[in-house]
Amino acid sequence: MKILAFAEQRNGQFKKVAFEVVKAAQTISEQLNAEVIALVVGNNISSIAGQLGGYGAAKVICVEEPRLELYSTTAYAKVIAEIAKAESAEVLLLPASAMGKDVAPRVAVKLNAGLAVDCTALSVNNGTITATRPVYAGKGLVDVVVKTPVKLFSLRPNVFTAGNSNGTPAPVDIRKVELSDTDFSAAVKEVKQSSGKKDVAEADIIVSGGRGLKGPENFKMIEELAASLGAAVGASRAVVDAGWRPHDEQVGQTGKTVSPSLYIAVAISGAVQHLAGMSSSKYIVAINKDKEAPIFSVADYGIVGDAFEVVPAITAEVKKLLSK
Amino acid sequence: MKILVFVNHVPDTETKVKVGADGKSIDTAGVNYMLNPYDEFAVEEALRTKQAFGGEVVVVSLGGDANKETLRKSLAMGCDKAVLLKDQSVRDSFAVASSLAAYAKEYGAEIIFCGKQSIDYDDAQVGGIVAELLGWPSISVVVKLEVTDGNIIAEREIEGGHEIVHAKLPAVVIAQKGLNEPRYPSLKGIMDAKRKPIEEKSASPADNRVEVLALRQPPAKAAGKIVGTDASAAAELVRLLHEEAKVI
Repeated sequence: MKILAFAEQRNGQFKKVAFEVVKAAQTISEQLNAEVIALVVGNNISSIAGQLGGYGAAKVICVEEPRLELYSTTAYAKVIAEIAKAESAEVLLLPASAMGKDVAPRVAVKLNAGLAVDCTALSVNNGTITATRPVYAGKGLVDVVVKTPVKLFSLRPNVFTAGNSNGTPAPVDIRKVELSDTDFSAAVKEVKQSSGKKDVAEADIIVSGGRGLKGPENFKMIEELAASLGAAVGASRAVVDAGWRPHDEQVGQTGKTVSPSLYIAVAISGAVQHLAGMSSSKYIVAINKDKEAPIFSVADYGIVGDAFEVVPAITAEVKKLLSK
Repeated sequence: MKILVFVNHVPDTETKVKVGADGKSIDTAGVNYMLNPYDEFAVEEALRTKQAFGGEVVVVSLGGDANKETLRKSLAMGCDKAVLLKDQSVRDSFAVASSLAAYAKEYGAEIIFCGKQSIDYDDAQVGGIVAELLGWPSISVVVKLEVTDGNIIAEREIEGGHEIVHAKLPAVVIAQKGLNEPRYPSLKGIMDAKRKPIEEKSASPADNRVEVLALRQPPAKAAGKIVGTDASAAAELVRLLHEEAKVI
């Protein structure tokens, strides 16, 4: 049996989630007695492919050509499905990233397969994979099984641990998939990077601000604390709806669901839809004036106090610690 | 242009998840339902597309009679016609998408809009599956859209940036928050919606591919410690994060 792990790269660099996906494949492969094959799609990427061996890939298949340099929903779906067919892979693991969420449903249709998305745990019992995934933005969890012969799972970034590479390179197998112009019927022509900005969905630390900050200008102190920690800036729905912050920073049920190692909620009361989006963070810090605020019920550490005094003090302490 | 928009009727964002008697779905007692927020952006974009190109907007939902409330709201916003694909069974995304795709084909849609995910199951699959079944391009998490004759230029959200995607019509456009500011139904819209038809059809059958074994609540977090009540607690907090939690 073969497990195909789609290892996402952008600009010739693996995303952190690529290692997580390969490692997760390796973890379940032991109980399934399966071989892990990683797949890398892009342009000029064969030189980086071998390192996936260090995370458990027995072999890495590389499909590269200039037209695959930027992502194309339709072409990437075709490449992944073609390789899965050629390898007779029965299980496919993909990242639940912007790319993986976009491509996986299409790959599933091509393989007549079911797909469990955004999984936060995979377990194997008697050869059956059970996936756990959050629903209602994390207010609930479901255990699901995929009933089709070929099964797809997309894994939430930052949840599965990749660990360190064991340094073993894997053999790289360069393959060709015939692609016509119509296979690129939806294709990325340009990528606009938000300069230097970390995304909440990928960040290991997030500092979020809420309406208690009183105005958009006061997010400066949130940005300063985030910068001192190398963190992403997040926001509650209230401040996004008020236009203080862009919606791609919104954490919660109509924003992003995040699982960083550290989530610092500043002046956020903790409405149920916000808690849903961040409760699975490993450590939560709440800073709020109101000691009754629901955010304290999920916080590991709390400071009941005025954010305008507390946050700059924390920033100063963090700088002091990191300069040591 | 023949514009189709898919909408779902979902528990509102205030809903607290309580496991129902079947152990697989929520206890719906006291739950209020709403037009799925992401689908609201899809409806708005469909209406704007009609304003630009003419034609009609048909709004489609799959489910029971309760979904009529969401269809009425979409009609009140300005959709021309509503279709309820009736089905009371529990469907996964594939089974929902199969019936929606079958209807889209029958109707002869030229562009389809839907939200990026329903806020109940957060599955984010329906738009992509429909597009693949129809052999169309799809663009997901769209925050900016430009339709010119036969072509689409869209901006989609990715980690730390945006991708500019080019596609040809027909296509499925999957809306993200930020795409537009959905209009509130006007009083006239609400009155008109009462007279607009809701066509009822049975949804084409389809098999589920993913089965839910159990729904449970996430492990409750124990409330933590209050480190202090003013700025003097900052040093202790940073020490705890560094030495106890080891996250900084």
